[in-house]
Amino acid sequence: MAVAQPKTDATEARIAALTMPEGASWATEARKGALARLRASGLPGPRDEYWRFTNPAGLVEPEAPRAATFSDTDERPIFDAIDRVKLVFVDGVFDEGLSDDPALAGVEILRLSDALSRDIHWARDLYGALEERGQTPVVRPLAALNTAFATDGVAIRATGKAERPVNLIYLHRSETSDAILHHLVRVEEGAELTVLENGPAASRFNKCTEIDVAKGGTFHHVRAQGRDHERRAVTHMFARVAEEARYKSFTLTANGVMTRNEHVIEIVGDEAIAHVAGAALGDGRTGKFHHDDTVFITHDAVGCESRQVFKKVLRNGAEGVFQGKILVKPGAQKTDGYQISQSLLLDEDSSFQAKPELEIYADDVACSHGSTTGAIDETALFYLRSRGVPTAEATDLLVLAFVAEAIDEIEDEALRADILDRLSGWLERRRQG
Amino acid sequence: MLEIKNLHVKLEEEDKAILKGVDLSVEAGKVHAIMGPNGSGKSTLSYVLSGRDGYAVTDGTATLDGEDLLEMEPEERAAAGLFLAFQYPVEIPGVGNMTFLRTALNAQRRARGQEEMSSADFLKTIREKAKALKIDSEMLKRPVNVGFSGGEKKRNEILQMAMLEPKMCILDETDSGLDVDAMKLVADGVNALRDAGRGFLVITHYQRLLDHIAPDVVHIMANGKIVATGGPELALEVEKNGYASFESEAA
Ligand SMILES: Nc1ncnc2c1ncn2[C@@H]1O[C@H](COP(=O)(O)OP(=O)(O)OP(=O)(O)O)[C@@H](O)[C@H]1O
Ligand SMILES: [Mg+2]
Repeated sequence: MAVAQPKTDATEARIAALTMPEGASWATEARKGALARLRASGLPGPRDEYWRFTNPAGLVEPEAPRAATFSDTDERPIFDAIDRVKLVFVDGVFDEGLSDDPALAGVEILRLSDALSRDIHWARDLYGALEERGQTPVVRPLAALNTAFATDGVAIRATGKAERPVNLIYLHRSETSDAILHHLVRVEEGAELTVLENGPAASRFNKCTEIDVAKGGTFHHVRAQGRDHERRAVTHMFARVAEEARYKSFTLTANGVMTRNEHVIEIVGDEAIAHVAGAALGDGRTGKFHHDDTVFITHDAVGCESRQVFKKVLRNGAEGVFQGKILVKPGAQKTDGYQISQSLLLDEDSSFQAKPELEIYADDVACSHGSTTGAIDETALFYLRSRGVPTAEATDLLVLAFVAEAIDEIEDEALRADILDRLSGWLERRRQG
Repeated sequence: MLEIKNLHVKLEEEDKAILKGVDLSVEAGKVHAIMGPNGSGKSTLSYVLSGRDGYAVTDGTATLDGEDLLEMEPEERAAAGLFLAFQYPVEIPGVGNMTFLRTALNAQRRARGQEEMSSADFLKTIREKAKALKIDSEMLKRPVNVGFSGGEKKRNEILQMAMLEPKMCILDETDSGLDVDAMKLVADGVNALRDAGRGFLVITHYQRLLDHIAPDVVHIMANGKIVATGGPELALEVEKNGYASFESEAA
């Protein structure tokens, strides 16, 4: 299919503003392949079906729109109480001085540029590979752009149980920063790794992570997206989950003009599990808030389980989007697929659009999906107020109750408590203006 | 303590008068009971006093210790010492019973300019009071009223009352749906709170509760008005003869 001229022009203008980093010849080849994919599809435009509810403006232009940085507050940094290995990126550039010694994680960690300039077979097999697989049946041009031009990132390989979680911290210091990060994660057979991510990263952030979980491996991901109001982010998590492997991801988002988080997961081995969850709190009061979760889970094995649990709390004109698909391929019998997306609209200016999809080509499966949009329960609100809880605080209690199902998806108790703490803190500060 | 004068209330959305001139005053230290036929306006009175939306006061006043209740937000009424045990307690999925009670207690304390209660003190107090009402710790951890039986919900209302120690307690049919033993627990809970500084307004259909909580004064409400006021013997009369004679008075 030919790409329309205006789209080609926009795509070329963006490409012209970027430089392909150098690396080993295999890496350059992978990048060139991605560039060809980007050119073939063109950058997303407002008329693309996959971008019907989210206008890609701001994500595709040659220059990143300016975004104010949010000065550090007295707020305790998230995950602070967790014994973890911090790897810090400032406006998309790895900062060794601010980071911990990667060796403390008990897994192999390389900076992306190192991984891509040597002959590291697992990195070579992974870089751009899952992203490329994720381009069918729906194109994801911003991910292809990422593979072609990513300037930094990490490559992590766990061969056993990691000693500590790896915490990728993204600081935002420059109002015009435009960061493209690409991470590779390989969890070997029976190995176990937790990756934590937090921070606003940049004025515009394009992040792509490819995760390959081998047989019996476990990958946990917990992310708190930074709260700088004006930041924009598009992220892709491409995962391949092998036999008896487990993949679990949770994301908390508050603020941000624009966030599009895509998850593309392919379950390729029997008895595997993939869960993705998210809670987003949007307030249009301080500008725009648009948050899009787009999830595509493919079942291509027997006896696997997948869950998608997404909750959004929207007020003052905030916009929420959910596009979620479960694809069950022929032969993927005994699939157990669950998908729920819900929004709590705190006023009439806010909106939620959902497109839940099931596509099933096997006959012995149990898949369910549901999507709801609702307002605050007035009866519950009055009950709380009649006990002396002021309206704003009562509303926040109900908000926490609403997102609980998503937060409960975090398996680790300490991480779950940390996320809850963060969330209550945000709500409290917001209440106090 | 609670002074209601000539209270007229209609539905906000339509022209339907429900309370048609209620006069009632509950003194500190006393227990007043209200009985009356279904639909006579008893719950409406309790909701209007606690500040629920959907009603319009067209005439009259209601004060608590001289403060105008009708001008206050529901949470301000609670902080001022008013408590309503709901006829139909509300389920709140996702909000733990303990969190709910601690938030409420501390919000009231803050509103009154008092120190918040420490977690340790709170835990100790709630355990004690829950035990007296035979509410086990597993129930305390569950979301507010979710999956509680009818009787458990009512006991949970009394637990909230015991924790919040309001000065004016309104109980709307707290006895309905209780088995004999639970009725006794609830009555004990109420009696434990009876003291010189606290008033009670107990809405009930049955003499049975009043056997356990001896009221000082009994009122009969019919068709939006108090139509008779007397001692405990009034409740016995209702039990025997029904409301027929009172309803004709109200018409
Ligand atoms: N929100 C409302 N909308 C419509 N009608 C209402 C509303 N609230 C109360 N009413 C009506 O007002 C009247 C009084 O109701 P209320 O619940 O106060 O009665 P009650 O004395 O508590 O009855 P019961 O003994 O059955 O609990 C009834 O006719 C009821 O239908
Ligand atoms: Mg009633």
